[in-house]
Amino acid sequence: MAEFLQLTVYGIVLGSIISLGAIGLSLVYGILRFPHFAHGDLITLGAYLAFVLVTTMGAPVLVALPVGVAGTALAAVAIDQVLYRRLRRVAPVILLISSVGVALILRSAIQLIWGPSNQVYATGIQFPYRFAGVNIKPDHLIIVGGTILLVVALHLFLQKTKVGKAMRAMSDNADLAQVTGIRVNSIIIWTWIIGGGLAAAAGIFLGMDTRLHPVMGWRILLPVFAAAILGGIGRPYGAIIGGLAIGLAQEYSTTVISPSYKPAVAFALMVLMLIVRPTGLFAGRKV
Amino acid sequence: MSLLTVENIRAGYGDVDILNGVQMRVDRGEIVVIIGPNGAGKSTVMKTIFGLVKVREGRIVFEDKEITNLRPDQVVRAGLCYVPQEKNVFPTLTVEENLEMGAFIRNDDFSKELQKVYELFPAMYEKRRQPAGALSGGQRQMVAMGRALMLDPRLILLDEPTAGLAPAIVDLMFDNIQKINGLGVSILMVEQNAKQALAMSHRGYVLATGRNRFEDTGRNLLANREVAEMFLGG
Ligand SMILES: Nc1ncnc2c1ncn2[C@@H]1O[C@H](COP(=O)(O)OP(=O)(O)OP(=O)(O)O)[C@@H](O)[C@H]1O
Ligand SMILES: [Mg+2]
Repeated sequence: MAEFLQLTVYGIVLGSIISLGAIGLSLVYGILRFPHFAHGDLITLGAYLAFVLVTTMGAPVLVALPVGVAGTALAAVAIDQVLYRRLRRVAPVILLISSVGVALILRSAIQLIWGPSNQVYATGIQFPYRFAGVNIKPDHLIIVGGTILLVVALHLFLQKTKVGKAMRAMSDNADLAQVTGIRVNSIIIWTWIIGGGLAAAAGIFLGMDTRLHPVMGWRILLPVFAAAILGGIGRPYGAIIGGLAIGLAQEYSTTVISPSYKPAVAFALMVLMLIVRPTGLFAGRKV
Repeated sequence: MSLLTVENIRAGYGDVDILNGVQMRVDRGEIVVIIGPNGAGKSTVMKTIFGLVKVREGRIVFEDKEITNLRPDQVVRAGLCYVPQEKNVFPTLTVEENLEMGAFIRNDDFSKELQKVYELFPAMYEKRRQPAGALSGGQRQMVAMGRALMLDPRLILLDEPTAGLAPAIVDLMFDNIQKINGLGVSILMVEQNAKQALAMSHRGYVLATGRNRFEDTGRNLLANREVAEMFLGG
């Protein structure tokens, strides 16, 4: 029982991180209609941008977080305006391939700047709190609490603000949004700000939970995709549930198979979902 | 002076010209209808006015301002609104959010326009918190028209506002269009229910293979033998 609860804690922590990545992926898919393969590397970029502040200025990770988020959002907008913007009218597969290119460029740049080895935000051991035989680290609370805050903020943004509503409108029907007078390009920019920012938060949380590495984001991209598809791609709310489901499934699976198969669990769930219900749990778009 | 003038436009998709010298005008206060066979280019005329299809030759002028090849959001700012032929509501947004999107370019208070739309379509007020995708075809059409009215436009373009609706709802929709016109909004619409549409329109155009075939008052077109034989089912 204690083991089950412990895995649940790990699953929720991992699920929070995956959700933050999957929300952005889903938003971008909803608005721009292509699977953004560089999303994992935006996750990595966020983690390393925060790392710069932590190491050069000795800033606590939580102080570095907004900077990492802002920097990554800016980078995402820049990549879109310089590259993806020129490809708006081409087939989605061209955008997909371009995003794979962007992924490789980002990863190589990160490796060039920060080196290929593991890094950590803070050395030393965190003493966990113990509840009923379950270990919970302070970082776990920060990750889950931070994710809840971000998700609530995103919800308020999508439901209450004019830009948020326009994002949902554009995800429903981009052509109609255009003839309604919505400035499509500015909504796209907002989408990247939010998608990139959430990816950075995911990366920073992942760095807190494990360590930083130039392929950390690329490695988590598969579960992130699985979560987005499970939740119905194009549906940010579904992505949250999908993320938690994948995170929990990955952790629970370690009781029966080796932990090194965790990504395979995400992959299996994704394939299963695509076969059984391609629109995802919450009826997203057909993939 | 006309509100909208379409001067001799040539436009199309890819390398193909669909419109080959279409001419049209809408005067202030008018209801003008475009009829014609499937594929004649009726929807393309509207898309071209709205900047969705590129004009290769000719000009489009709205209230003394040339709007040829402007971006759709710029056309909206000029004072034109457009209700496309299909998929003309945001299905996951509520009715009220759909209407708010109609006012997207405005930064001021638009509660007066919202009020006006609800007065015109009281059923929409009842349904304001429901997702538009859950409504019937006729109700969706009202949401789409309501959205177009949120900017207090001088002209709205309606592409087949009665397509796929039951006959009783078609009558209701034509009544609504006349009511909207009564508010001082000029209307350019494409219609398949050609007889009814011509009967209520000030003027009409018959379009075939991307060209003007006939142009006259609604009543004269209804009485025109050639038009009747070709387009009104005898
Ligand atoms: N997006 C597009 N790309 C290429 N060709 C198109 C496109 N849209 C329409 N066409 C072609 O342009 C021609 C005119 O189409 P349009 O939709 O303007 O006709 P319409 O008069 O509105 O017909 P309907 O009564 O069926 O609505 C048709 O031959 C159609 O196949
Ligand atoms: Mg048409």
